[in-house]
Amino acid sequence: MNPTTRRLFKILYGHVDSFLLVCSMILVGVGLAVLFSASDQSLAKLSSQSINILIACIVMWAIANVPPHQLLRFALPLYIVGLLLLFGVALFGEVSNGARRWLHLGFARIQPSELMKIAVPMMLAWYFDRHESMLRFRNYAVAAMILLVPVLLIARQPDLGTAILIASSGFFVLFFAGLDWKIMAGLFVSGLASLPVLWSIMHDYQKQRLLTLLDPEKDPLGAGYHTIQSMIAVGSGGMVGKGWLHGTQAHLDFLPEHTTDFIFAVFSEEFGLLGNIFLLLMYSLVIARGLSIAANAPTLFSRLMAGSITMTFFTYCFVNMGMVSGILPVVGVPLPLISYGGTSMVTVLLGFGILMSIHTHKKLVKT
Amino acid sequence: MIRKVEIKDHQREMQAFRLRLGLSAGFILFFFFLLLFRFSYLQIIQHEHYKTLAENNRISISPITPNRGVIVDRNGVVLARNYAAYTLEITPGKVKHLRETIKRLSKYVEITASDRKRFKRLLEDSHGFESLPIRSRLSDEEVARFAVNSFRFPGVSIRAKLFRQYPDGALTSPFLGYIGRINDSDLEKIDDSGQTANYRGTDYIGKMGIEQSFEKELHGTTGFDQVEIDSSGREVRVLSRTPPVSGDTIKLTIDSRLQQIAEKAFGDYRGALVAIDPESGGILAFVSKPGFDPNLFVEGIDSQAWQSLNNSPDKPLVNRALRGAYPPGSTFKPFMALAGLQLKARSPTDTIYDPGYFTLPGKTHHYRDWKAGGHGMVDLHKSIVVSCDTYYYGLANILGIDKIHDFISQFGFGKKTGVDIAGELPGVLPSTQWKEKRYKQKWFAGDTVPVGIGQGYDLVTPLQLAFATSILAGNGTAYRPHFVESIVNSKTGRTSKLGSSFLYKVDIDPAYLADVRSAMVDVTKPGGTAPTVGAGASYEIAAKTGTAQVIGIKQGEKYVASRIQERYRDHALFIAYAPADHPKIALAVIVENGGHGGSTAGPIARQVMDYYLLGKEENISLEKTDESHD
Repeated sequence: MNPTTRRLFKILYGHVDSFLLVCSMILVGVGLAVLFSASDQSLAKLSSQSINILIACIVMWAIANVPPHQLLRFALPLYIVGLLLLFGVALFGEVSNGARRWLHLGFARIQPSELMKIAVPMMLAWYFDRHESMLRFRNYAVAAMILLVPVLLIARQPDLGTAILIASSGFFVLFFAGLDWKIMAGLFVSGLASLPVLWSIMHDYQKQRLLTLLDPEKDPLGAGYHTIQSMIAVGSGGMVGKGWLHGTQAHLDFLPEHTTDFIFAVFSEEFGLLGNIFLLLMYSLVIARGLSIAANAPTLFSRLMAGSITMTFFTYCFVNMGMVSGILPVVGVPLPLISYGGTSMVTVLLGFGILMSIHTHKKLVKT
Repeated sequence: MIRKVEIKDHQREMQAFRLRLGLSAGFILFFFFLLLFRFSYLQIIQHEHYKTLAENNRISISPITPNRGVIVDRNGVVLARNYAAYTLEITPGKVKHLRETIKRLSKYVEITASDRKRFKRLLEDSHGFESLPIRSRLSDEEVARFAVNSFRFPGVSIRAKLFRQYPDGALTSPFLGYIGRINDSDLEKIDDSGQTANYRGTDYIGKMGIEQSFEKELHGTTGFDQVEIDSSGREVRVLSRTPPVSGDTIKLTIDSRLQQIAEKAFGDYRGALVAIDPESGGILAFVSKPGFDPNLFVEGIDSQAWQSLNNSPDKPLVNRALRGAYPPGSTFKPFMALAGLQLKARSPTDTIYDPGYFTLPGKTHHYRDWKAGGHGMVDLHKSIVVSCDTYYYGLANILGIDKIHDFISQFGFGKKTGVDIAGELPGVLPSTQWKEKRYKQKWFAGDTVPVGIGQGYDLVTPLQLAFATSILAGNGTAYRPHFVESIVNSKTGRTSKLGSSFLYKVDIDPAYLADVRSAMVDVTKPGGTAPTVGAGASYEIAAKTGTAQVIGIKQGEKYVASRIQERYRDHALFIAYAPADHPKIALAVIVENGGHGGSTAGPIARQVMDYYLLGKEENISLEKTDESHD
């Protein structure tokens, strides 16, 4: 390699973390293969997902090149814009599928809750970073407010799935910022105590999903249908699976949403337990890398961001696979890097971009 | 010193952070192992069980669609029913060459050009994996011919289905509405109400009218078979069955014979009629002419038929009774009179002099009375009997728009009546606030004057006008207008009446109501504006005629040149209730471009009242007989 190309390579690739890139590209590749099968070999879906991936990769690369201290500056404005948009949704939002999630801005239709998936942990990390020298109980209370306002707004859209994910991503920031164990124990206990209240404010269809989880056979036509069919798909996959393109559950249309939220059922059916172990392993590698980036991050902001992004990624994986295998209720959470859809792809790879930025700008901060 | 503490803190912080990272790693490991155990349980221990389910005999849930509830009138006459027939259906997602398949199909089953067009339209709205009807009502012979050759047509099947039918067609469509195939926005509503499972297997949903607003009761509960199917998808046996529950029967307050008579009485005229029982608010007749045949919409209308309905200058798709907004014209005067009396602006005996016009103090503009030269001395009684405009110009000016608005809104003008079908328009009862909001303009005294005779900004729907008349008839008691009298539960057979529709009592002195009633009775007597309407009647009719200048009905588009003359004629309006001393029926009639209310709208009202009160079905000529004008 001559010096010019080397320099060019360094400029282009300098802030990309090879380990994360390789792992995520393997997962994305697996995703495309499963999508091809799940969509009845639709080339249209395959190419549209490829475009999603391309866009998400560009976003990841761009973010990776922004140093964390620059990202820090975006935290507050991003959060405020996101919050304003959420209020906008509550007041003028467009109702779709019975939930008020979308906002028309004249030129585009946006879903502000997606923005908050990044903005909330960033804002919290920024807040703790600012008050690093003297963290008191009061700071945690303020942080709780920063977290709760958007979460409640999203929960009443209603979009419980996203609300829970954002709440947990914010909680991870608090946790890594050193939230007192006693407070966490208190939260846990009061959380348990408030379950009956939560039950009473839940929508009928949400209650139905929980009840169905306990006994899917009870409502085989309605809420239980997803769970029963996806469990059949997973279970019938066996040790080695039925082979790529040979899953019957998806292809005979038994499995609902088999390219998006339930794509893992197709994967499980075709690749079996061995495939699942491989997938868990790949996710574990990504998560391990994320945690190690967090452990070596130089500033509080970057530590908190890295920790929260990684743990949120884990939450997505667990909630989705748990839902497909019938140990969690059906909530609309996609399987990261595998499910069909542009939004989740961009959100996940954008998070990886931040991880890469934290990792590769470390030296700059130290000098 | 300080620096040292900071570094120490920093190190301790890092340690604490890494401890928490380590805990998180453990947490993750724990949950991933949990997943691993779950996978192993499903894929190894339970593998045989699920394998059987998935491979040898797949369990399929097939829904059994419930029979849609029937709709009957007050006498039990069926207005919407179901009949069984065979349809030929294609699942486009399973057919490779659609056009060619249809061509081959037509060798066995007749498929007309209109069938093809309709199918094309359905195809555009569908998702490819639902089966769409290409031909309905197959004959037994056609069924047999296809059945023999069905192996040639993968993705094409014959289904026995129940079809909706409206025996009276266009006559009942203004209130029954119709059902049609479920589209995307319907699906959203279904998801919204948590009914997704109940609509699995249902292809149709109420789109308008009673069919729409009582969808929940009419639909019923979907049953389901748990069936075993083999690897090619054929049914092996039924494992269990949960039977469906049919939809409830809806009984209306409508009298279908009365509806027929009213509709026929219109002849070739366009317009609307709403008749209400003033003692309950039950709607007895609800006509919008011309109408359209709702049966066309059930199976999906072909684009040609749709175009011709949609582009017709007669606008048959506009529900005039519910959504036609017309100036009330002189039918507004009895309500103005009550406002003047109750608000003490004029007593019943106060007289004014009518020179044939009205001018605002200090202005020169003449607001003309319909009668050149005027009516001379006019008191309240005369003002209604001869329909004096000058009296009401002046009264409106004395009261001012906001007092008029606040009093008259008690009669339901300017707001929705709350009738039990969707889509009604609120009309307009203007006020200073309304004009500010609507036009961002101040209200002028000159705006108030024409409101007094139901012109200017005033707009009412026939339903509103009938509702207002029913309040008048009921001595100020307002009942919510409604179509549904009771619902018969299909499971228990029990009839449940809907709750009382009593709304409120208008705050007004009964003596004033009596004054206005006696004047309205004289409207149908010699010397009134509609003497022929009352001629030879064995009961007393309280009524008021009206004429509204045409500004086109609200939804109006462009006029067809050759018809402009007729379409610029005034609309004829008529409100009435009878018998005047103990009203059983209150109604409002609007005849578009019908000229004067007493001569075209009045006779229609008379026929309706004659049938309802006496059971008489004689024909009163629709020729112009009254020479007077209002």
